[in-house]
Amino acid sequence: MSLIEVKGLKKSYGDVHAVRGVDLEIAQGEIFSLLGPNGAGKTTTVEILEGFRTRDSGTVSVLGFDPQTRGHQSREWRNRIGIVLQSSADAGDLTVVETIDHFSGYYSNPRNVDEVIHSVGLVEKEDALIRNLSGGQRRRLDVALGIIGNPELLFLDEPTTGFDPEARRSFWALIQSLRSGGTTILLTTHYLDEAEALADRVAVINHGVIIEVSTPGELGGRATSQATVAWRDGSEIKSERSDNPTELVAKLSSQFGGEVPELIVSRPSLEDIYLEMIGGTNESDS
Amino acid sequence: MNQIPSALSLGIRRGGLEIRQFARQRESVVFTLLFPVILLAIFGSVFKNTIAPGVTFSQYFLAGMIASGLVNTGFQALAITIPLERDFGALKRLRGTPMPASSYFIGKAILIFVSMVIQILLLLGFGILFFGVDLPTDISKWITFTWLVLLGSACSTALGIAFSIVPKSGRGASAVVSPIVIILQFFSGVFFVFTQLPSWMQQVAAIFPLKWLTQGMRSVFLPDSFASQEVAKSWETGRTVAILVVWLVIGVFFSVRKFKWDRD
Repeated sequence: MSLIEVKGLKKSYGDVHAVRGVDLEIAQGEIFSLLGPNGAGKTTTVEILEGFRTRDSGTVSVLGFDPQTRGHQSREWRNRIGIVLQSSADAGDLTVVETIDHFSGYYSNPRNVDEVIHSVGLVEKEDALIRNLSGGQRRRLDVALGIIGNPELLFLDEPTTGFDPEARRSFWALIQSLRSGGTTILLTTHYLDEAEALADRVAVINHGVIIEVSTPGELGGRATSQATVAWRDGSEIKSERSDNPTELVAKLSSQFGGEVPELIVSRPSLEDIYLEMIGGTNESDS
Repeated sequence: MNQIPSALSLGIRRGGLEIRQFARQRESVVFTLLFPVILLAIFGSVFKNTIAPGVTFSQYFLAGMIASGLVNTGFQALAITIPLERDFGALKRLRGTPMPASSYFIGKAILIFVSMVIQILLLLGFGILFFGVDLPTDISKWITFTWLVLLGSACSTALGIAFSIVPKSGRGASAVVSPIVIILQFFSGVFFVFTQLPSWMQQVAAIFPLKWLTQGMRSVFLPDSFASQEVAKSWETGRTVAILVVWLVIGVFFSVRKFKWDRD
C-alpha cells in the first residue's frame, strides 16, 4: 500500500518551472530518500507533500489526504505526520523537557516524553535550556519534536548537516530504529553515504523531474556496472575495468604466486553514479 | 484513538508557555513592564503643574501611560517578536503540527493580557505612592476601566499579529514598528495635553485606537468635570467603543487571512 502517491506534480514560480511533472510512490514502512542538487525541485516537492506549499497541477495523496486541504481535516492529518525542518532556532528560553512535553500536548496519541528524550540521546540535557545546546543536540531536539506525536510518516530534511561523523552514526541508528518501529520516512539529504546507509529506495530529481527511482545498490545500473580492479605492480599502481573481476583477480593471484599486492576491487560509489546522472550541470543555485 | 485537543485548550497551554518564555527573558521583562513606570517617574517629576482645577499633569499622564501600555505590550511587542519567531523557523515548525492558528493567537492574547495587568498594577501603585494619584471610587468608572482594558488589549493583540506581516525580517521589525508607536503617542495626547496639539494632529490621531484609549482612561482617572475640557466636550464613550471594535475586527481579519508562518 502506498503511503504517498504523487502524479504529474507541477509547480512554477513565475517563469521558473521548479517542478515539471513528478511522479512518486512511497510504500508504508520504507525509508525513501529524495536526492538532487540545489534548485532541482527537491524542496518544492517535499514542501508540497508537507502541506506548506500549494501545487499548480497534478494529484498528491499523503496518507490518503490532499495536503493542501485546510481546516479540521488538516489537523487530523497533521496529527499523523511528523516534520523535521532544515533549520529551526527558537529563542531557546525553554528546557528540552519543557519543549518536548509542550509539543506532545498537540497530538491525540503522543509518545511518552521520557522515552522520546531517551531515544534521541538527550537524557543528560533534558533540563538544559535550548539556547545552551550544541548544534547536534539541537538537531536531536528537532527530531524529538518530529516524532513526539507518534507519526505514521516522518519527513526528515537534511537531518545531519553539521554533525560530526560519530554523531551521524548514532543518528542513523536512531532513524533505523524508527523504521523498525513501523514509521515511514521521507529523507532528503546531500550526503550520498547517508542515503546509502539508510534508504530502502532513492529517487534522483533534477530540473524538476524524477530521473530514476531505485535501490541505492542498483541506481544507475550500479550493480551491473564494470568493477575496477587495482593492484601494485612493482613501483606503479595498475588498474583495469572488468565485467569479470573475479576471473581477473584469480589470474593476478597466480601471476603473483598468491597474494596480490595492495589489491582493491571496487564498483562505482553511489556518489559517482549520482554525479554522472545529474551530469554536473547543476552548479547554479536557485 | 483519542481526540485531538481542542483549539481553546491548546490556546491556554500556549498562553502558559508564552508567559514562561517571556518571564525568562529578563531584558524584555524589565523593558516591557518597568519602562512605562520609569517614564511616569520622569514626567511626573518634571511637570508638576496642574492642568485644570484638581487635575495634575501626573494624573493626566498616568491615564495616557496606561493607554499606551496597551499599545506597547500588545501591538508593539507582537509586531516585533512575531517576525523574529518567523525568522527563527519557530512558526513554520508550529505550522507543521496539528496545533491550529487560533491556539497560537489565543496564547499571544493571554500573554498580552497578563503582562498588561501586571503593568497596570505597577503604574497605579507607583502613581498612588509617589504622585498622589487618586483611584476612582465610583463603581461605574471601574466598569469602564475593565472593558477598556479588555477591549484595548484584544484590539492591540489582534493589530500586533496583523501588523507582524509587514516587517520583512525580524531584525528590521523594530525599526518599522517603534516609530509608528512613538509618533502615535505624541499625536494621541500621551506626552502632551491633547487639546493643546494642533488640530491636524488631533484629526490624524482620531483615526487610530490610541487616542480613544487615552481619552477613555482619562474618563476613568480624571474627575467628570474634566470632560468639558476634551475636544468634543465629552468623554465620547460610545464612539470609543465603536472605533475600538472596528479596529479589532480589522486586526482579526488580517490576522486570520494573511498571517505568515514562513519567510517566503
